Amino acid sequence: MTAPLLEVQQVSVRFGALTALSEVSLTVESGKILAIIGPNGAGKTTLLNVISGFYHPTAGRILFEGRDRTHLSPPDVAELGVARTFQNVALFKGMSVLDNIMTGRLLKMNGSFLLEALYWGPARRQELAHRAVVERIIDFLEIQAIRKTPAGRLPYGLQKRVELARALAAEPRLLLLDEPMAGMNVEEKEDMCRFILDVNAEFGTSITLIEHDMSVVMDISDRVVVLDYGRKIADGLPEHVRKDRAVLDAYLGVSHD
Amino acid sequence: MTEALYALLVGPFKDMGSSPAFFAEVLIGGIFAGLMYSLVALGFVLIFKASGVFNFAQGVMVLFAALTLVGLMERGMPVALALAITAGVMILLALLIERIVLRPLVNQAQIILFMATIGLNFFLEGFGEMLWGSNVKRLDVGIPDTSFKVAGVLINRLELTAAITAAVLVSILAIFFQRTRIGRALRAVADDHEAALSIGIPLKTIWVVVWSVAGLVAIVAGIMWGAKSGVQFSLSLVALKALPVLILGGFTSVPGAVVGGLIIGMGEKLGEVYWGPLVGGAIENWFAYVLALVFLLFRPQGLFGERIIERV
Amino acid sequence: MIYREAGQFKTTYAADQAIFPIVQDRVMAALGVAAAFVVPPLVADEYWLQAVLIPFLIYALAAIGLNVLTGYAGQLSLGTGGFMAVGGYAAFKLTSALPQLSILFVFVLSGLVAAVEGLLFGIPSLRIKGFYLAVATLAAQFFLIWLFNKVGWFTNYASSGTITAPPRTVLGVMVTGPTASAPVRYLVALGFVAVLALATKNLVRGRIGRSWMAIRDRDIAAEIIGVRPLRAKLLAFGISSFYCGVAGAEYVFLYLGSAETLAFDINVSFLVLFMIIIGGLGSVLGSFLGAAFIVLIPILLTNAPHALGMTMPVALQKQLEVMVFGGLIIFFLIVEPNGLARLWQITKEKLRLWPFPH
Repeated sequence: MTAPLLEVQQVSVRFGALTALSEVSLTVESGKILAIIGPNGAGKTTLLNVISGFYHPTAGRILFEGRDRTHLSPPDVAELGVARTFQNVALFKGMSVLDNIMTGRLLKMNGSFLLEALYWGPARRQELAHRAVVERIIDFLEIQAIRKTPAGRLPYGLQKRVELARALAAEPRLLLLDEPMAGMNVEEKEDMCRFILDVNAEFGTSITLIEHDMSVVMDISDRVVVLDYGRKIADGLPEHVRKDRAVLDAYLGVSHD
Repeated sequence: MTEALYALLVGPFKDMGSSPAFFAEVLIGGIFAGLMYSLVALGFVLIFKASGVFNFAQGVMVLFAALTLVGLMERGMPVALALAITAGVMILLALLIERIVLRPLVNQAQIILFMATIGLNFFLEGFGEMLWGSNVKRLDVGIPDTSFKVAGVLINRLELTAAITAAVLVSILAIFFQRTRIGRALRAVADDHEAALSIGIPLKTIWVVVWSVAGLVAIVAGIMWGAKSGVQFSLSLVALKALPVLILGGFTSVPGAVVGGLIIGMGEKLGEVYWGPLVGGAIENWFAYVLALVFLLFRPQGLFGERIIERV
Repeated sequence: MIYREAGQFKTTYAADQAIFPIVQDRVMAALGVAAAFVVPPLVADEYWLQAVLIPFLIYALAAIGLNVLTGYAGQLSLGTGGFMAVGGYAAFKLTSALPQLSILFVFVLSGLVAAVEGLLFGIPSLRIKGFYLAVATLAAQFFLIWLFNKVGWFTNYASSGTITAPPRTVLGVMVTGPTASAPVRYLVALGFVAVLALATKNLVRGRIGRSWMAIRDRDIAAEIIGVRPLRAKLLAFGISSFYCGVAGAEYVFLYLGSAETLAFDINVSFLVLFMIIIGGLGSVLGSFLGAAFIVLIPILLTNAPHALGMTMPVALQKQLEVMVFGGLIIFFLIVEPNGLARLWQITKEKLRLWPFPH
């Protein structure tokens, strides 16, 4: 049994008088899909932000593959192989879809800027090699037609898909998705689920997602963690969590089985 | 080496102590200069607080107001009438600016609006010069530019009037923003144009009102500055000086504009008189900006401004 | 122009990534560049070269520099004049101290000096954004001008406070100084801006350009991807200042002949900013278009009344010029915030279909 990919240990986050997270612990197993659910304001996005390195916990630790990584900056976390999407899509509006996804390849690119200024030799070959990788992702997510469209002009559903593509371009070990299906219709949600499952199956990427749609959560996740008012109130297999008393009281309501 | 350090860190203070009356005069000169900056900065704060726009053209508006006033008075109009007409002109200007510049750019990024006000700045500069000519004009508002002594320290009547005017204006404006319904509405508008629109706040009216008030403040500032140094084009450069004042005081704070102005004014004067000779003078050209830069590094919201928190 | 793209399929990514993917565009561009090198020196008269083309090329270079910083990387700067001044004064000192050094190399070195200074003034950009950063750049602008005014060493203690370009030759041809001919100076300026424009285009369509645009569009998301903001911003400041420094050196040596700090004051900063706003933020072509526009307007205003048979006093001309600049800025920001470059793009799009309606 290898060390879990990510461990959150007793993390608390306080903003002045406001406590966003209180002694939350969870583990992310390598190659598994974890769903984080809970009412609005429970601290789900805050948790993702802590893992991403935007906020540093007021207390507690974060371990990545057994090593303490609590006080890293976002670019450092990216270098560990963590990629994410945002609740309010954070695409680069001024750039085309292709360029947006290419930015995801950034950490895989190294180069001398002199060679790049000449667009010659190794710089050129590298650019083309990355382009090939990105094109495979574009095929995978079926967004070929909008490659050159400026990201700001796309409808919401497509923007979310492009954001997923950008995250995938980094070939991450851990993918953090913040409400990837928000605002989508049934068909789009099915597509998104398919993509997420495919990514997990084909590349073994560990996925942690925040999601409100319970059918999606039950369908695709291996484990579920429930947050409420900044605390974890349940953690286990989907079927168990769904019947958990505390969860029903706080979030799900009475279930009609 | 030690001589240099001594000259830098000890000498100036000794100079200050050796003639306290002079020191007091320099300080007071700095306070008054600072208050003049504050008057200009006030216009900025008003507009920024109420419309979220950083009005680079504020200095030019001060100039324009002064030019109009002087121009009318030179043609024989009595002061009161000239003032009334100038006020009318500034209100008309506010109407035009709202219609032509602000309305089309509603809800664009702040930086776009800022650049539009840079364009406005240039336009008004050329326009003002075209209308009223470019030579320096004297502005006489009936307050003599003479000094009297208090406890051995020279105080200038004109500067004293400016200080009192500034104090009165600041108090009125501060009360207005904090206590009245309109003030609250203005703050809502500054926060989010679209949201304000959607709850029925009449954006256009508010903008015209605010820019008009800023225009009237500009008239007061223009009178004070113009009476002191004559109405000339260097007045529009004052706008640039007001930027550091705002950074120190906070962009959204009326009392901050005063405190910031005082600090800049005093700092400049003291720096120029006591440290200036060490480096050949003219420190005033950059002192304010460097001070602002230092502030930006350590306290970007200024002394009284609101902290900007970015949501992820 | 329906012939433009029909039948041209790009079969490799390389073909797609090219600066001019369409054959006709490539040919036109090549012809255009060749023409730029050959035609004006042969055909244009002294006035056109001296008053229009040479300043156009120099301003275009400065505009590309500012566009890198403000248009691509999103860091608003009002210090362009100061950075150009650094280049100008550095070139003067370098060539005075080492007259045997090729003036072309001196230009490059001055650019590097300006780049170092740009890096220094760029350090605050990590903590300061938007127009707060603009104020910081104002500090740089005023401080630098004051420095060059006060410290006599920069002008080699000239009593007039001006720096003058000494005569220098390259391969036996007089390039700077009073006897350097306009066509030669034109070619040098053209050479520099052509090379540097190409380099910029290559940089911005690759990794570095994307990092800049990421910072500009959403710097928080940029960090998530792994962009290190300070590094990217400093690179932008450095490269931008390099271009402005070279432009500043050219300004003194190839255009003005002699200069004092007034030549680099805050108005220059605004002028170059206007160029990139009108021409198009984040566009190399836009830098050229904006520079051309701004250089031509005073010429137009000087000559138009003449052509219409009226006379206009010089003062009024200047005032109108300033008003037109201001008005145009507002106009472009309202109508086409992406400037002339976007208008050009839209025109090309429309021409793809013309004369068919759809």
